[in-house]
Amino acid sequence: MKKYQSIFLAAFAFSFVACEPEFENPVTNESYSRGEADFTTYVALGNSLTAGYMDGTMYRSGQQYSFPNLLAKQFAVVGGGSFTQPSFNDDVNDVGGLLFMGQPAAATRLILNMSTSGPENLTGTPTIEISDLQAKAYNNMGVPGAKSFHLLASGYGNLANMATGTANPYFVRHATSPNTTVLSDAMSLNPTFFTNWIGANDVLAYALSGGTGENQEGNTDPSTYSSNDITDPQVFEAAYKTIINTLTSNGAKGVVATIPDITSIPHFTTVPYNPLTAEALGGEAVVTQLNTSLLDPIKQILTAIGEGDRIQLYSTTSGNPLLITDETLTDVSATLTAALIANNYPAETAAVLGQVFGRARHATRSDLFVLGTSGIIGTASALPSPLDKLGVTFPLEDKYVLIPSEQQQIKTATDKFNDIIWSVSGSKKLAIADMNAIMRYLTTGIRLSDGQWYTADYFKGTENMNKVLFSLDGVHPNPRGYAFVANEIVKVINEHYKSNLPLLVPGNYPGVTIKASN
Amino acid sequence: MKKILSISLLSLIAANSFAGGYRISLQGQRQLAMGHTGVGVIGQNAESLFFNPASGTFLKNQWSFSAGATALFSNVKFQNSIYNWSNSSENMGTPFYFYGNYQATDRFSVGLAVYTPFGSSVEWQQDWPGSHLVNSIDLQAIFIQPTVSYKITDNISVGAGLIYVNGGVTFNRNLSRSMIDDYGNRSDVTIDASGVSAWGYNVGVTARLDEYVTLGVNYRSQIDMKVEGGEAKFHDMPGFLNYADGKFDATMPLPAELTIGLSYQINEKWLAAFDYNYTFWKAYDNLVIEFDNPAIGTSVNPRNYKSSGTLRGGLQFAPSEKFSARVGGYYDISPVQDGYFAPETPRNDAIAGTAGFSYKITPKLDVDFSATALHFKQTKNSYDHYKEDGSDLSFGGDYRSSAYSLGLGLSYNF
Repeated sequence: MKKYQSIFLAAFAFSFVACEPEFENPVTNESYSRGEADFTTYVALGNSLTAGYMDGTMYRSGQQYSFPNLLAKQFAVVGGGSFTQPSFNDDVNDVGGLLFMGQPAAATRLILNMSTSGPENLTGTPTIEISDLQAKAYNNMGVPGAKSFHLLASGYGNLANMATGTANPYFVRHATSPNTTVLSDAMSLNPTFFTNWIGANDVLAYALSGGTGENQEGNTDPSTYSSNDITDPQVFEAAYKTIINTLTSNGAKGVVATIPDITSIPHFTTVPYNPLTAEALGGEAVVTQLNTSLLDPIKQILTAIGEGDRIQLYSTTSGNPLLITDETLTDVSATLTAALIANNYPAETAAVLGQVFGRARHATRSDLFVLGTSGIIGTASALPSPLDKLGVTFPLEDKYVLIPSEQQQIKTATDKFNDIIWSVSGSKKLAIADMNAIMRYLTTGIRLSDGQWYTADYFKGTENMNKVLFSLDGVHPNPRGYAFVANEIVKVINEHYKSNLPLLVPGNYPGVTIKASN
Repeated sequence: MKKILSISLLSLIAANSFAGGYRISLQGQRQLAMGHTGVGVIGQNAESLFFNPASGTFLKNQWSFSAGATALFSNVKFQNSIYNWSNSSENMGTPFYFYGNYQATDRFSVGLAVYTPFGSSVEWQQDWPGSHLVNSIDLQAIFIQPTVSYKITDNISVGAGLIYVNGGVTFNRNLSRSMIDDYGNRSDVTIDASGVSAWGYNVGVTARLDEYVTLGVNYRSQIDMKVEGGEAKFHDMPGFLNYADGKFDATMPLPAELTIGLSYQINEKWLAAFDYNYTFWKAYDNLVIEFDNPAIGTSVNPRNYKSSGTLRGGLQFAPSEKFSARVGGYYDISPVQDGYFAPETPRNDAIAGTAGFSYKITPKLDVDFSATALHFKQTKNSYDHYKEDGSDLSFGGDYRSSAYSLGLGLSYNF
């Protein structure tokens, strides 16, 4: 009897110890490896895309999703050290924006207001004071607004230079000394690994301004540039070489990223050239009225001088193009005015119409409109009816549209800068994250391993809210987009440095911030 | 907004799968120790009422009672080496049973069976990587079954039982993979349905072919658990999507099951038993949940289960009047198909080993012990049918489960 009992007691005991589930290959930090790279001290160099800028500003809760911060978490698995970012603890309301000497200097972050269905600056008071100096080098040395040569510019972080516009408010806040450089502060941390995603602003600033700046090709003195200008390729190359040579001077390895083409950024691809449906214009009667009283008379005169293509009559059945100013067109104001007077228009009216339509034309498929255009289409111009509707009866200014010649300048510069990035980085055998190519794939869609398709679309509403990668400024990613960027960089590192780092799932990161009201 | 909140009440499926791919059969310590066989076993104790309602007339005593409870420990581990994910769920449940049988005449008996075939839970870390599918689930169902049994001949008996089920489920999941409230907390919803009742039936036949071999067949009907007016509570919702707590309707069908069993009395001391269960899981192709809030709408969740079987075997050794010992095992084939492997039912095929013994304390009172260990192979699988903005998303990795139980029961016969 005792014998049986002990057998069964033993069986009971066995059932307890034998049943804890164990994997054949449990996933632990030891499952991953750093390969040929050393992530001990990771420093990120770049502009707003590196800083974690989104929704038109830097703000506290957004900064934690900067791609370098997300990347550092993956590095930590294989020996990466702590990763610091410039402090935004003073953003107590989490609204972003900037103060300079107590006065508002930059607007709060954009949110999507459900009650108005549009992006708006979040109501609230910025508390991020430019003159609160942290004087500290951080692992994340991304400086919003920085161009290639700015990383080498002494005084770029000098509060005293704010008045002359040669200092950057974000770098001022953490520059270790007034006349240090971004690169020198970065090097003070002795990086063993770096990312360098600089150069976008060397061309993007021009694009964002609607092409109002100058192309400085041929001018090798960046101190003479305005903020919206395109950098001269020689200046870019010299700066880029210095940055890469310095970063690699102690044997550090790293990843550089190329500059995305603007045709894959929703800021330039969201507003269509022809949004003016009959409904949007106020009905078929309004369309007819516009055609007969305004467009047709002008078009007839233009046709007579061989410029009839500039203006087209509005359709009641399809979307009609926006009216824009194209500074590349010959100014035909005088001809127009004279012809209108000949057609019995009052001289004053004829003069105004001649002025307004002298360089105006309807947009075509080849024109790109900046995101902000959507908010001003149809709003009041300075003139009385019928010339009172911006984009409809009064041409949009140059800053709202990138005409083909401006796009060509942007494309040429982008290609040149990317060629420089490839050759300089290639000569140092650095890993290259071709964000230009990746973003181009996004325009048609990239399917990640979780099954979701990601695109370069702007927030459209609930049908894409779970997959939109861009923040409401249309230029910078949202948290999910930065996770996408970090993930692509991890892939590049794994490939190039034979590392085995864990990937991220962008879909698990927040998208656009939506508020019930503002 | 419907797409955001395609609440796939996986919970409700868990109820289903718990009865099959997830079911750990614990409806009687003696029979459990023999691999949970019993459809063709006669002359044991009142536990037989669960296995085959026809067996009541084959019990030895005029009055037979059995009651017991089991401590069930079930663990699941999950990992994905692509993303460095490791998670686990460790849970305990205490299913119980009560059976009573009265032999009114030589040919006729009546009985009552109360058992809890559903009663486990899965609890992952809140906001774990699979939180859009499930954070936690807890479900329970009590089956109450009055039974009659009639002996047509000395060797053939038929039986039938009416099953009344009362159950409930609590289930929590995040609203999507990324939704957060205005303070950064993940948005989640808890679905709660309690006091859900339904009816079913159980019929069986037992035939003693000779003095050694007994054959039994048992059929348990499909039972549709209809939730009407269950509660849906939303937590940490962003201001723009502030769903009020509301109601939902859903149906949880528990599948029909057909079991054929055979026992062989080798000699006075040794008894062998075999069962084959076939569960009609195929009924579960989709789970449909209707919310009363039209903004949330109706959620259709593909399940695509396949019908599956379980093969069971057990051996009893009774060397004396006072003591008997049992061993057994079974092989349970999961109804979950590849690509439909969801973390609220993370079970693949299982091999179980069982053992136990009984000891007669007094001539009328027996105490019954059982122990079970379920072994699951490590499996790599995923659920590929989570809808997000029109795309079918996949969530998966390596899963490994285990379960074990310790049970104590009492039998009183006179």
